[in-house]
Amino acid sequence: MKSIDFREIDGGLPFYMLVGFIGVFVLAALGAAYYMEHNGHWVTGMSNQIIWGTPHVFAVFLIVAASGALNVASVSSVFNKTAYKPLARLSGLLAITLLVGGLAVLVLDLGRPDRLIVAMTYYNFKSIFAWNIILYIGFMGVVAVYLWMMMERKMNRFTRAAGMGAFIWRLILTTGTGSIFGFLVARQGYDAAIMAPMFVVMSFSFGLAIFILVLMALYKWSDRPLGDAILFRLKNLLGVFVAAVMYFVLAYHLTNLYGTENHGVEHFILLDGGIYTQLFWIVQLGLGSLLPLILLYSPGPGTNRAWIGFSCLLVIIGGLAQMYVIIIGGQAYPMEMFPGKEVTSTFFDGVVADYTPSLPEFVLGLGGVALALAATVVGTRVLRFLPASLADDQVDPHHTPAKAG
Amino acid sequence: MSAEQGIDIYRRRFLGNAAKASAGLALAPGIMLTELGHAKPADEAVTGQVRWGMLIDSNKCAEGCNDCVQACNDEHGLTGFDRPATDAQWIRKVKLKDRQTGHTQTLPLLCQHCEHPPCVDVCPTGASFKREDGIVLVDKHICIGCRYCMMACPYKARSFIHETLQDQMPYAPRGKGTVESCTFCVHRVDDDRTPACVEACTAENHNALVFGDMHDPSSQISQELERHSSQQIRADLQLNTGVRYRGI
Repeated sequence: MKSIDFREIDGGLPFYMLVGFIGVFVLAALGAAYYMEHNGHWVTGMSNQIIWGTPHVFAVFLIVAASGALNVASVSSVFNKTAYKPLARLSGLLAITLLVGGLAVLVLDLGRPDRLIVAMTYYNFKSIFAWNIILYIGFMGVVAVYLWMMMERKMNRFTRAAGMGAFIWRLILTTGTGSIFGFLVARQGYDAAIMAPMFVVMSFSFGLAIFILVLMALYKWSDRPLGDAILFRLKNLLGVFVAAVMYFVLAYHLTNLYGTENHGVEHFILLDGGIYTQLFWIVQLGLGSLLPLILLYSPGPGTNRAWIGFSCLLVIIGGLAQMYVIIIGGQAYPMEMFPGKEVTSTFFDGVVADYTPSLPEFVLGLGGVALALAATVVGTRVLRFLPASLADDQVDPHHTPAKAG
Repeated sequence: MSAEQGIDIYRRRFLGNAAKASAGLALAPGIMLTELGHAKPADEAVTGQVRWGMLIDSNKCAEGCNDCVQACNDEHGLTGFDRPATDAQWIRKVKLKDRQTGHTQTLPLLCQHCEHPPCVDVCPTGASFKREDGIVLVDKHICIGCRYCMMACPYKARSFIHETLQDQMPYAPRGKGTVESCTFCVHRVDDDRTPACVEACTAENHNALVFGDMHDPSSQISQELERHSSQQIRADLQLNTGVRYRGI
C-alpha cells in the first residue's frame, strides 16, 4: 500500500473565520453557564423533580459519541482493515474533542463547578460516577498515546497494541456511562443491565454519524478529494449500527412490557407521555432510525453525498432525542413508592414532572458541541490528522475506476 | 552469650512488658466506657451501637395537620422562595388513596436513613455519608452538586439548593449548588433531644412519630416495633430503612 500523505489543513482567513464562528457558540455557552451558576439553577427548567436537564442530554450524548468516534481507528488498528487506516488519526482526535466538549458541559452544569478539584481528589470507589471520572480522564490519555504511536513513525510498531488498549478502554468507558443509569434502582425507567450494552451500541452509531459528517465537512471545506469507496463503506457500517440500536431499544421495551410492574412507565413513554412519546416514535425511531436506514441503503440516496450527510444528521438528531427520552423522560415519570395507591403531596409526588428546557441550558449544551468542533478544526490545523487525499485510488490500491458508458 | 548481654535482654523484656501493662491500664477504662455507656459526651465519636430510627403511625397522622413539616422548616430555616418546584423540602405530607378500595390516609415522608443508602453508594466524592449511628448526611464541603444522589434516592427525599440563601441556622449550614435532606435533626440528637418534627407531633398530642435507638431493646421505638407489625417503603430494595411505618 502507498504511504499516506497526511497534511495540516490550510490556515489563513477562512480558517480563522470558521474557528471564530464556532467560537461564538463556545462563548455564548460560557455566558449561559455563568448566568445559571450566578443565579442558581432555579433560572433553568430543572427542578427537584427533573434533576438532570438539557445540559445532561448534550453531555451524555457527546461522551457516548466520543467513544464511538474512536471506532474507525479501532477497525483499522485492532481489526486490521487497511482501508480505514487513513481515517484513524481523525477518529482519535474526534474521540478526544467530543469527550472534552461533553465533559465541559457536565462540569459547567454542576451545582459547584468551582469544586472540580474536589471531584478529582475525593473518590468514593463504590460510585460508578467516580469510576467514570477516572475512565474519562484515562480515555484521553490512552487515546493521546494511541495517536502518538500512529503519528510518530518510530513508534508505529506499537500502534496495534495501543489501539487494542484504547478499544478495550472505550468499551469499559461506555459501559460505565450506561451504568450511570443502569445502576439506578430507584427509578422505573432505569435499573436495567441492558443500559450498558445499549449505550455501547448507541456510541457506535452516534460516533460514526458525527465522524462521517465531520469528515465530509472538513474535506469539502479544505478542498481535498474524498472518494466514494471510503464514504460508502462508512455509511454502510452506520446503517448496521443504526439497526443494532433499534434492536436494543426493542429488547429493552419488550422486557419492560412483560412485567406488570413496569407497565406504568412503558405506557408513559410509548403512549401518553406527550413530548416524550412524540420524541420516541417520531424523532428517535421514525426520523432518527428508520428514515436514515432506508436512505442509507436505497440505491439512489444511498449513493448520493447530500443524502448520506443528511442521514448522518438524522441519526444525530435521533440520538439526541433518544437521550432526551431516556434522561428526562425517565425522571418525569413519578417514582413508584406506594404500589396500588394514588399519591399526592406538595412535592409533586405521583404526578408527571413538568420540564421545559430553558435557553441557557440549550446554549450550554450547544456550546459543548461547538467546543468539540472548534478543537477538532484547530487540531487538524496544527497537526497532521488528515490525509491530503482520500480519493478512491489512494484508499484502495486495487481500485479500478468505473468505465464510462 | 555473656552475662551482660543476658541482663540487657532481661531488662528489655521487663521494660516492654511494663509498657504494655501501663498502656492496657490507660486504654481499658475508655474501651469499657464505650461498651457500656450510652450517653455520649459531645467530643466523642458516634458509634454503631446506636441506630437512630423513627416509627411513623399513619393511623395517628391527622389529615390536614402540617405541624411536623412546619417544625422542620422553622428548625432549619427552610423558608423557600414560593417556587414549589425548586424550593427545598426535607419532610412532606403525602396523601395516599387506594386505587381499589378508595381508602385514604396521610403520612410524612422524609429521608429514610437507610442502612444501605443508594445516595451514599452513588456519590462520587463521598459527600453523602452515613454516620455510625445510622444518620445519613451530606458533607456540604465536598458536595459538587452533581445531583446523582437525587437520581438514586428511591424516596425523593433530597433537595438541590437552586438559589442563594440568607438567614441560615448556625447548626444547619446550607449552600447554593449543593444537595441536602433531612438530618434527623442531628444537632438535637447529639444533644439528647428528639427531632423537631417528632416534638411538634407530640406537642399536638397526635403521637404519630416515635424517635429512638432501634438497637436499645428498652427504647419505646424498639418495643413498639417488636409489638406491632411495621413496614418499610420500597422494602423490595432491602435498604433496611431507619424510618418505619405502621398502617400502610
